[in-house]
This record gives sequence, structure tokens and C-alpha cells, in this order.
Amino acid sequence: MSKFKDRIPLPPVGAQKTNMACHFCIVGCGYHAYKWPANLEGGRARNQNALGLDFRRQLGPLETILTPAMVNTIQENGQDYNIMIVPDKQCVVNKGLSSTRGGQMATVMYTPKGETRDRLKYPRLFTGDDWVDINWDRAMQLYASVTKRILDRDGSDQIMFNCFDHGGAGGGFENTWGTGKLMFSALKTKMVRIHNRPAYNSECHATRDMGIGELNNSYEDSELADTIMFIGANAYETQTNYFLAHALPNLQGATVDKKKQWFKGETVGKSRFIFIDPRRSLTIAIAEQSGGKENVLHLQINPGTDTALFNGLFTYVISKDWVDKDFISKHTSGFEKARQANKMSLQECSKITGVSTADLKKAADWAYKPKASGHRPRSAHLYEKGIIWGNDNYRIQSALVDLVLATHNVGRRGTGVCRLGGHQEGYARPPYPGPRPAPFIDREIMNGNGKMLTVWGCNAFQTTLNAQQYREELYRRANIVRDAMAKARTANIDDLADIVYDAVDKRGGLFLTVVDLYPTKFAVGGHLILPAAHPGEMNLTSMNGERRMRLSEKFMSPPGDAKPDCLIAAEIANTIKAMYKKEGNAEMAERFSGFEWKTEEDAFNDGFRKPEGIDSQGGGTGGLVTYKRLRKMGNNGVQLPVKEYKNGKLIGTEMNYTDNKFDTKDGKAHFLTAPWTGLPAPVESQRKKYKFFINNGRTNHIWQTAYHDQRINFRTERYPMAPIEINPKDARKLGIESGDVVEVYNDYGSTFAMAYLEPDMKPSHTFMMFGYFNGNVGDLVTDWTDRNVIPYYKGTWANIRKVGSMEDYKKTVSFKRRRYV
Amino acid sequence: MSKVSRRDFLKMGGTGAAATGAAIATGGLLGTTTAEAADSGRTTLPYPVNKVANANKLVVNKPVSFTYPDKASPCVLVRMGHAVPGGVGPKKDIVAYSTLCTHMGCPVSYDTKSRNFKCPCHFSVFDSEKTGQMVTGQATENLPRILLTYNTKSGDVRAIGIDGLIYGRQSNIL
Repeated sequence: MSKFKDRIPLPPVGAQKTNMACHFCIVGCGYHAYKWPANLEGGRARNQNALGLDFRRQLGPLETILTPAMVNTIQENGQDYNIMIVPDKQCVVNKGLSSTRGGQMATVMYTPKGETRDRLKYPRLFTGDDWVDINWDRAMQLYASVTKRILDRDGSDQIMFNCFDHGGAGGGFENTWGTGKLMFSALKTKMVRIHNRPAYNSECHATRDMGIGELNNSYEDSELADTIMFIGANAYETQTNYFLAHALPNLQGATVDKKKQWFKGETVGKSRFIFIDPRRSLTIAIAEQSGGKENVLHLQINPGTDTALFNGLFTYVISKDWVDKDFISKHTSGFEKARQANKMSLQECSKITGVSTADLKKAADWAYKPKASGHRPRSAHLYEKGIIWGNDNYRIQSALVDLVLATHNVGRRGTGVCRLGGHQEGYARPPYPGPRPAPFIDREIMNGNGKMLTVWGCNAFQTTLNAQQYREELYRRANIVRDAMAKARTANIDDLADIVYDAVDKRGGLFLTVVDLYPTKFAVGGHLILPAAHPGEMNLTSMNGERRMRLSEKFMSPPGDAKPDCLIAAEIANTIKAMYKKEGNAEMAERFSGFEWKTEEDAFNDGFRKPEGIDSQGGGTGGLVTYKRLRKMGNNGVQLPVKEYKNGKLIGTEMNYTDNKFDTKDGKAHFLTAPWTGLPAPVESQRKKYKFFINNGRTNHIWQTAYHDQRINFRTERYPMAPIEINPKDARKLGIESGDVVEVYNDYGSTFAMAYLEPDMKPSHTFMMFGYFNGNVGDLVTDWTDRNVIPYYKGTWANIRKVGSMEDYKKTVSFKRRRYV
Repeated sequence: MSKVSRRDFLKMGGTGAAATGAAIATGGLLGTTTAEAADSGRTTLPYPVNKVANANKLVVNKPVSFTYPDKASPCVLVRMGHAVPGGVGPKKDIVAYSTLCTHMGCPVSYDTKSRNFKCPCHFSVFDSEKTGQMVTGQATENLPRILLTYNTKSGDVRAIGIDGLIYGRQSNIL
């Protein structure tokens, strides 16, 4: 093809067509994957291609989405196949829209000359000074031999994991089950951390303790709400097609007729949006420009003051008698205690948050004041990392849900108190065997605990707190094992396992195995790498932010000998089982049994479909779901929990708690006390010492740790380095221009970023892209966590200095404002 | 000024209408280009060469609309007043882009203040001064850039090709 990328192949009529829920953000847009032999291209006439579109003419706006990024040419069994992954117009989630992330799914699929050509194909072993390919048998023998030595001699607490717990790419019910069964049932280790945080905990402990699961409404409720409160959420960039297909039309009045039909006799109109965010985000700019400034209220709070904001509003609505007394008395407990503990006047709230009392009152009017018809307003409270990774996760969430419960904004259509989410979900695991709070695994590793660490589908180098010190210690310990392995060149597996064991037992080393798609920075710092598969290369089920479960179907093979994670877990378990069996230890062999899976569907049937005694997001009715039934439900899938299977269809649940029965022993929702206590001491000390608030988060171009994106030119040309938005006046004082490389530093570490001047940034506020491979904000994040070991990623302070000018960045990267201007 | 129509260009290219027609009749698009490539030896699409402006008459930051490579494809040319990547002309400051958003084909408008192309449908923004790079938005491609040449004698600016696929097409040449 021409380097100009000015044409694309079309699928012929009859090309293979399978379902694919986008594996990036939580929204999980529906797509179709076409695949056909490369020599059999479709024609331009409507009846000559599988898309049914007439390409002999210019197609009109919104008629299709079809871009060069949506096609690729893969190889299978020596033959070339074209693939095309395009959005599904019939999918109720995205209604035919694609995002900049999902639109590149075909591009990221493996092909030998493609942008992701450095995918891992075979297990790899570090021999002491170099990486070599080895086969699965040898890799498993080494991994199992080291594991067994540690398990037998030191116990399961010395076997640690950093492991994904999500759906979508590198996740799904199959893979969370496979890894979970290995870690919790077979190895019985509690020393596990989750992909983006240093312990095995929930990001939503508070709301769950209060009886409310964090995903309790449907995207459709954002079409029905009177007011939507976006709390620490930048939905246009991070839940894009939820925002574009469901929320924004409500702000623009496109769903008024629907509301009239649903809520007869109730005052309805177009929605209003309230944003709670220290930064004027792109989402706010777009909402103001497309929905009118008069319908958008930005509560630009001081960093970390969310709890004070909710407590002020909570106290105010009680004083105005806008609470639902009947609901509170019948279906909740603890209101009075919370009322007293959270009490805060509007004046005090204004002083702490920096929001005027007029705006606080306006927010309360919009969200809680009874409507002209006398009905209670339907206000959805949608939050994400701004508070999840905010100043005391548990406390903020408690304060928020207190306000929501008092005003009964849960369990009614058009309401809901939900996280908007990052990745999709797909959790099915045996119960976690550890306590709460769970062990702070990163700290354990830094303190020299743990003899082996397996990093599974995640990269803590880019997604942890105090990251620089963590990396330093991890490299130091891994290098002890490397040095030992370097001296063991001709050792057989048994001898090598002895050498590794000696290094981890006697010399403070750490044996590091990474299971991933790519040779990540974490992976190449270790000793053994195992190649995994991702959606499209395996059948994989996940659920999105409205609990909508879909089957993403396999349409091609993984590269080389790469395998789905669940089958890697099974292979590990089976290898260890064989070792115990050989030595006649039936009891231990039994612990590692139950992994006789040939396919990912076997893992699905073993986990999600047998929910008794396990923790599953499918609930107790997971058994009703089969691959066959789910395949038939297509990209619309079914919203969990499944109610029944009827007339050939799975019937799901659109909204939880409509019956006012909550997830507590007594069925009541529980208020929690959440008094405002200010910033945590380690954070406050950085604030006092350093000038700039280093806020951080995502941009819509980049997904997660950029594991695919760092290989895609379209992405890296835009962000060769993590950008940091700085107020231009602040920048000028430091002699900084857009495109300069700056060093950002505090007591915890230092990192580098690409300066990006943005007038909307408040003086002394900055915003750095989180989780990037080139410039890592985690290096600056304090080691403080909340009571459940959830970090305060969003709250750190640092100084900035110019490192130098990067002429190439200035020439090739756009520094136009990221605010739709 | 010598505008070259697509028909003329095909004739000049030596592939001949008959060969092209025969390939279309087989129904395979690849057949068309393969036959053409085999005959002409070319590996690129047969873009017309069209005069689209004269550099001497361009006003800085005043967009000029034109169509290319055919009437169904709206484009905009802008003279920036300072050199920009991909720019042609005496100051290397003249650039042109397709104005169909690469995401879903809504018409992007040139904002003279920011010098961005903005899409009203899903809010993609493209930087005219950085080869159409997507600033923010939902497209997976930058704005297709119209490749230009500049004639130092006459000052004529001609469109000669396109870097990127125009929205709503299988191929830039219909």
C-alpha cells in the first residue's frame, strides 16, 4: 500500500464477521471484526462488499466510520488475511460511534510488519546477560520449580503477585478466574496487589460498605437525569462514547421527549451538568460550548476538598428540608450520626473548597431542590479517579454517598451513584484469602519481603505511588538474582532453580516473572517473560460500566506460542501438580487440581458459571450464561445480574436497588460518618514545601500504560513524552515554553515531562498525563494511602525547572489548547 | 493555468480508459489498481494535478476553499505567514487539508484565531500548523493533507496528491 494510506481494502460479501466489545475503556463500545483472505477483496458497489455501502460515491457525514487505522493485514498459516474492526451501529452502548482508542483496534492486532510487531511470541529467559527464547515446557519447569521450593520451604506469603483484576484487554471473566484460582485456591497467597494500586483492595470499599455497588445504573439513565454531577471525571476523554451518545444529548435537550414518556406528570427539560474538578477539563469546555454555559456549573474546588464540599451540600439540603425523610427512615440507617459528624456550614464549606456560597447554593438548587411539579429531581452522581484517587478515598466516597442517600438519588431511573470507570470489569475469583486492610505489597517488596514476584498483565513502574523508590529497590533485588543466574550457564532446570532459590533466600534477591503482551520496562528488568494473548486472539467476556456483559470473539491466533492468561495459569498449576504427584504428595497435588482446561471457555465454565462460594460480578445467576447464549445476544449482550433465560434470550438488570433493598445484611443502606479532616500530613508537607499542585490523569489519545500506544505513531507523534499543562504566567517565570522538557521534583523523586502551556490552568496548578512510559508522575506521589491502602495519586506537590528545549517536539507536536478552541 | 481533469490525467497516465473500465467490470477494486500499476508501473493513485491558488494572491490566515481530487471532496488552503511543516511557497507557509473530519465526515471549520480545524459533531480538533495533527478528539487519523507544489515563476500552487484517506471513501480516487 502507498505510504500515504489513501485507500483501504473492503471485506467481500460473506467475509467472516464476529462480535467485539472494545477492549479499552469501561464503556465497551460494540464493534464488528471482519476477516477475509487478502486476495479476495470486496468491490465498491453496495452489493459487492460486506459493509453494504456504495463506495462509488462520496459517503455522507455520519454514514460510516472507516479509517486506515481500522484495517490491518495479518498472517495465519502462511496466508495473508485482511481484518477490519468497525463500530456496530446497532449496539445500544455506542450507537455506531468509535473513539480514538477503539478505532485503532485493528492496528494493534499483531502482524509481523505491523506497529505492534514486538509482541512477545515465546517465553523468554534472562540468562544473566541476555534474553533468549525458550519453549513453554522449559519455562514452566523453571517457574514451577522455583515456586515449589518457596512454597515448601517458606510458605505462600513469600509468593507475591502484581495482577490485573479487570475486564477488557488482558482481563475478562476467564482470565480473572484462571489467575485468581491459581493465586487464591492453589497457591493460597494473600500477597497480591492489583494492577493500579499497591494492595488487594477495592476502589469502592465505602460505597459497598454502605450497601451500594458502584455500578448501579444504565447509560440510559444519563439520558433521563435532570442533573448530572460529574465528580472528578473527565468523561469526554475517558468514557467517550458514554458521554457523546448518552449524556451530551440530554444536556442538549435531545432526550426531552423520552423523559416525558417515562416520567408522566413530572417537570422535565434538558439536563444540567455540574462538574466538580480543580481543573477546567476538556469535558467542561465541550459541555459549555455545546450545551450552553447557563446549563453548566463548574465547582472548581481546591485540591483534595471534595469531602468538605459534600458535607457542606449535605448540611445545606438537610436545612432546606430537601431530603427524602420517608426513604431515610424506611430504607437506611445511621442518618442522624452522619448528620452530626458531617455537619458543615456553607460559609465554612466555601472557605475550604474555594467555591462561592452562591455557586454552592446553585448546585444544591439544580441537584436537590424539588421540581416545579413537586417531584424530587433525578440527579445522577457519577464519579471517577478524581475522588477514587483523591484525598482519602474511603472518606470522600462516604461523604458523597451520604448526600446521595439523603436525597434518594439511587434506585430511581435517571439517578444513580456510580463510578464512571476506567477499564471494563470481569471479576470472578475465589474469595481473597487476606485481611482488610490488605498487605501493602509494594512496601513489602521494598522492605525485602517476598522471594518471588509474578507481574501479570500490568506495569507498576508506571502505575504505583512513590514509584521511583519502588523501581530502585525492585531492580536492586532482581539484579541479585541476575548475577546468580549469570554464573549458572550450563545448569539444568533443577540446578538453576536451586541457584535462584539461594539468591532469593540468602542474598535478598527477588525472582521476577512477567506475563504480558510486550517486553515492558518491568518485564525486561526481570528473569522470565511469558507471552499472553488479548481480545480477538481468544474468546473473552467482560462487562462495561452499566454491567453489560458481552463475548468478544476470537478471530485470529495469538502471535507465536502466546496464550490466554487463564491457560497460562492452568499450565502453571498443572506443572506444579505433576511435581507434587511425582513426589507422592497427594494433598498438595489436590490443591493444584481443577485446571484441566483446554480452552478459555473451559475456564469460563469453571468460574463464572459456578458462582457458589466465589466472588463474581455475575452474582448467583452466572450459570445461566453460556458462550452460545451470549454470542447470540451480540454486542448488546446482557446487563448483569441475569434475571432469567427466556424465549432464547438472556434477560438482565438495567438498574439496581429499584426495590430499595441494598447489599447489606439488613437490606438497608448505611450512612457512614465522614468528617472533614484536611490533607494527610505527608501530603501537606509537600504542599508547604513545593510550589505546584501536580494534578494528573488521562488524555483521550492514550490508553492505560500506553502498552499499545507507545508503539503507534499516531499516538507518540502527539505525545512523545508525558505532557504537563502549566499556566503560561507560571511558565514564563521559569523561562518555560511549550515543548520544553521540564524536571518535576519533590521529596519522593523526580520525573520529566513535556511542558504544555494552558491558560485554563489555575496559577500554581499543573496537570500531568498519568501512567506514561516517558515521564512518570508516580515518581512524585507520596507514600500515603487511605485506610484501605488506596493511594492519593492526585494529590502531590512539586517544583518544576526547565531542563532544556526540545526543538523536534516544538516542530512536530501540536501545542494548541486542549479545550476545543 | 492548466487544470487537469481526472479523465485527462488518466489519459496522460497511459493506462487508458479501456483498461480501467475492463478492470471495474470484473468487480474487484484491487483488480483496477493492479492492472493500472502493471501498465503504468506506478504504485500510487492517479491523482490529478490541479491549480488551486496563486501564492501572490493569498492573504495570510484567510482560508481558500477548493475541491480535490474531485468535486465531492471539499478542501481548504491557508497561507500561514510563517513556515510550517509541509508548507510550500516562497515562505513555506502554504498548506491545505481535506475538510471532512476523518472520524465521521462532518465538515470541519477553520478557526482563524486558533488556526485549528474544528469538528462540531464529536469535537475533534486538528492543527493546521502541524500537518493536521489531531489535538484532541475521536479520530484515529490526522486531517488528510493535500500535497502541494509551488511554481516559482508563476506563483501557482497545485494540488498533486493527498496524504491520508478522505472520509467516506475506500480510495481517494473515486
